[in-house]
Amino acid sequence: MSSPVVQIKDIHKIYESGEVPVHAVRGVSLDIHRGEFIALMGASGSGKSTLMNMLGCLDRQTKGTYLLDGIDIDKLDRNELADLRNQKLGFVFQGFNLLARTTALENVELPMLYGRHRKASSEEIRERALHCLEIVGLANRADHMPNQLSGGQQQRVAIARGLVNSPQVLLADEPTGNLDSKTSVEVMGVFQKLNDQGITIVMVTHELDVARYCKRNLILRDGVVVRDAPVDGRSIAAEEMLRIKQAETAAKLTTAAQH
Amino acid sequence: MRFTSTLLVALRALRRNTMRSMLTALGMIIGVAAVITMVSIGNGAKAQVEAQVAAMGQNLITVMPGSFSSGGSRGGYGSSTSLTPEDADAILADVKNIDGLSPEVRARKQILANGLNWSTNINGVGPDYPYVRNWPVASGSMFTDQEVKSLAKVCVIGKTVVDQVFPNEDPIGQTLRIGNLPFRILGVLSPKGFSLFGSDEDDVVLIPYTSHMRRVSRQTNISMIRIQAAEPENIASVKIAVEDLLTQRRRGREPDFNVRTQEELANAASANAKTMTGLLAGIAGVSLIVGGIGIMNIMLVSVTERTREIGIRLAIGAHGRDVLTQFLIEAILLSSLGGLIGVAVGVGGSQLLSHYNGWPVLVPTMWIGISAAGSAFVGIISGFYPAYKAAQLDPIDALRYE
Repeated sequence: MSSPVVQIKDIHKIYESGEVPVHAVRGVSLDIHRGEFIALMGASGSGKSTLMNMLGCLDRQTKGTYLLDGIDIDKLDRNELADLRNQKLGFVFQGFNLLARTTALENVELPMLYGRHRKASSEEIRERALHCLEIVGLANRADHMPNQLSGGQQQRVAIARGLVNSPQVLLADEPTGNLDSKTSVEVMGVFQKLNDQGITIVMVTHELDVARYCKRNLILRDGVVVRDAPVDGRSIAAEEMLRIKQAETAAKLTTAAQH
Repeated sequence: MRFTSTLLVALRALRRNTMRSMLTALGMIIGVAAVITMVSIGNGAKAQVEAQVAAMGQNLITVMPGSFSSGGSRGGYGSSTSLTPEDADAILADVKNIDGLSPEVRARKQILANGLNWSTNINGVGPDYPYVRNWPVASGSMFTDQEVKSLAKVCVIGKTVVDQVFPNEDPIGQTLRIGNLPFRILGVLSPKGFSLFGSDEDDVVLIPYTSHMRRVSRQTNISMIRIQAAEPENIASVKIAVEDLLTQRRRGREPDFNVRTQEELANAASANAKTMTGLLAGIAGVSLIVGGIGIMNIMLVSVTERTREIGIRLAIGAHGRDVLTQFLIEAILLSSLGGLIGVAVGVGGSQLLSHYNGWPVLVPTMWIGISAAGSAFVGIISGFYPAYKAAQLDPIDALRYE
């Protein structure tokens, strides 16, 4: 078996900003292999967001080691971390975080304007961004502004942006938090499809039914992992979607019958 | 990030708040336009003064009588009556590098000709006068040395006198009376316009200074001697030689004359104009600073407003430097666009002023460059702090910002 893409050994995070130091993460060790699909779960204040920020190289651990694709991130400066995020990680946020008044295509191109793609021609960048929009099924919406897209579509644009630099790990922070249940299934379907193609995904969620689409669930409580187990009887988004559609059709039939 | 895409991002950000961008740029527009207009007006005034000084003649040195004291009351320069035609002859004979010299005696008299009368300046001068004053005779001729020596009753008249006394005919060859004396008109001077001090130079009748002293004003002294040095570099030496000679001729008496060069006069006149230009430009410059503060203010607002955008960019791999450049370029773009429009408004405004008010206006090309560069510089200065603030943001905090 190849070496894990993420190797975390006993990392801690202590926030010293308040009067009392807050020990948000208290010794988490974790290996993530290529092709995994992990849900990080936990109540509010369990440390899952802090762990996610450290996984995303947005924040540094106070103690412990984190190797991303074999690179010790503790040895990198601010700019090197930015390059690492650009090249090895993709981000999907709860609030989508697309640039307003910027087309879907330009939003997807954004990561390629920084980092190693700097030298690529604008045609190459455009082509690559369109390809990623195709993967999430939004190639026909490339010229739309975010405010012309539904929540689910915006999140798919955000996923395409996360994919565009072919990251080692796609990190999603409550990607379905702002979406209704049907759109959530739609977005989870995109994640499952990407995972089937071999992309490693780590997501934070507090919705149990969303976590059931993943392959492995981690539960955090008070800054430590209290449960780490593979998912039994995993939900498949495609089947779920079919069931929802049938239910909708049935509802319409019922409504029609009342007339 | 590549420069062209940074430029596009900045342009888009400015277009997103078109009204706000325009109002911010308006500060720069007004500042730059004010600088350009004020400097144009100042320069126009200075150029006019310099033209008037040049019109007095070239390489000119004037000798005026000194002050005259009587019973403890001291008169100003020119009050002494000590300057004589002999002084003028001595200078012409002894001082080297002189190209021309003319004594001058002045009076104001009523003239009569053609059935019309007119009060004008009667100046007694030498034959070199038109040459020394750089003031050629337009038609006819100047009187000669011979006519000066023989106290001839001849004259050359200025344009204003022609207009007033000979409105519809050729004055040359006609006779003009100064008091009771008839003078034959030999020539007409070319138009000269107004002097540095605002008097009409063309309102003049030139007659031989000898005739003036004996027949018209009946005085023994002259009002001034105008000397033209051969070359600009001779001016200083001629001035010293004239001073030495006149001092020597006074045989130890207190020097009662005053020798001035045109340069001194020009310097005094253009120093005024320069002070005015500096003052105007200084006031206008203050509005540039105010414009810069406006840009800084708006850039700070813009950075706060777009904290989330900055967070996104930093999270997906932008370096602090990329964010800094983005906001800096936005500020420079804002101020430079304002500056360019300001230059156009300033140049246009100056032309309008000169067209409608008749003010002499000279748009200085150098100041257009200075204003354009200055506005870009103001953009850098006022944009740097907001841009630096944006670049230092922590991506996590910026993403959480509501």
